[in-house]
Amino acid sequence: MCGAPKQGGALAGVDLSTQTVIQGQVWHDGAPVAGAYVRLLDSTDEFTAEVVTSPEGEFRFFAAPGEWKLRSLAPVGRGERVVTADVGLNETTVAIS
Amino acid sequence: MSRNDVLVSADWAQEHIGAPGIVFVEVDEDTSAYDKGHIEGAVKLDWRTDLQDPLRRDFIDREQFEQLLSERGISNDDTVVLYGGNNNWFAAYAYWYFTLYGHQAVRLVDGGRKKWELDSRPLSTDAVSRPATQYQASEPDTSIRAFRDEVVAAIGEKNLVDVRSPDEFAGKLVAPAHLPQEGAQRPGHIPTAVNVPWSKAANEDGTFKSDEELAKLYAEAGLDTSKDTIAYCRIGERSSHTWFVLRELLGHQNVKNYDGSWTEYGSLVGVPIAKGA
Repeated sequence: MCGAPKQGGALAGVDLSTQTVIQGQVWHDGAPVAGAYVRLLDSTDEFTAEVVTSPEGEFRFFAAPGEWKLRSLAPVGRGERVVTADVGLNETTVAIS
Repeated sequence: MSRNDVLVSADWAQEHIGAPGIVFVEVDEDTSAYDKGHIEGAVKLDWRTDLQDPLRRDFIDREQFEQLLSERGISNDDTVVLYGGNNNWFAAYAYWYFTLYGHQAVRLVDGGRKKWELDSRPLSTDAVSRPATQYQASEPDTSIRAFRDEVVAAIGEKNLVDVRSPDEFAGKLVAPAHLPQEGAQRPGHIPTAVNVPWSKAANEDGTFKSDEELAKLYAEAGLDTSKDTIAYCRIGERSSHTWFVLRELLGHQNVKNYDGSWTEYGSLVGVPIAKGA
């Protein structure tokens, strides 16, 4: 069903030969940001999904191969990053300035 | 029905913490969010363990709903003020659910938990208990809930609004992208449905757009206001958000939420499916 999985942690049970995983951390001032909102936008800038980062600032999406934009919103500010994802694990960092 | 009858601002909510006759209720997709901190005095409803039948795929029935609300200390006269994470998806689902069982005064907190957190408003971890009540529910109002046969019959006849993301509508993804892409059902959408992602109705902080912006959004998508409307998504929570916009904010008549949504439709044998944008 649709319960939001815990962000971060092991990828146990995720088949990286079929899933396109985009994951990483949100950083601000040299430290990870817990509780930041991260949204995944498609190549036309349309909202696709949103998660809240873990205590270690981690986020994870299950997407499809192609170009995506990550946008983070937190009380300390906002940050953005474009990623090109392939099938398997795609890791990145979003910096909030 | 107008915006002020169904929606309250975060400021209003904060000013009314502890007010008599008002019960805050948090409903989240991430059911652990409440435990990390909630609006002071708010009770929690778990959309999975509280609002779904434990055996069949269906809602809890009228007696179970009465028992649930009685236990949580909610009475028929209370104004229920709902909020939650993920831009109020599941709070909107609960709003629709409370309406289905005839609760009179229900409100959503505009922006939900997200705006509350982004504004750095106070959250409490204190346990909440309210004295039990004797809640009386009505028979479910099926004028706001669509079932599969009427959805199939609505193809080409009524407005069908698919509120999932464009990639889910096109059949490239079968679930929202924060969830693993699994499931045996076929990808795609119901033929003649228009794709108006729920997110187009919300601002980035989770608040709803203005009535003018919303009216324009659905008019441009080709929604015929002279026809009945059925909204659907994957399991019926995002489409509750759109149902709220169309019926409660814009005042459209005869809007139903199809909670079976794509997980049911995309698994039906023999029904037509469309793919692509």
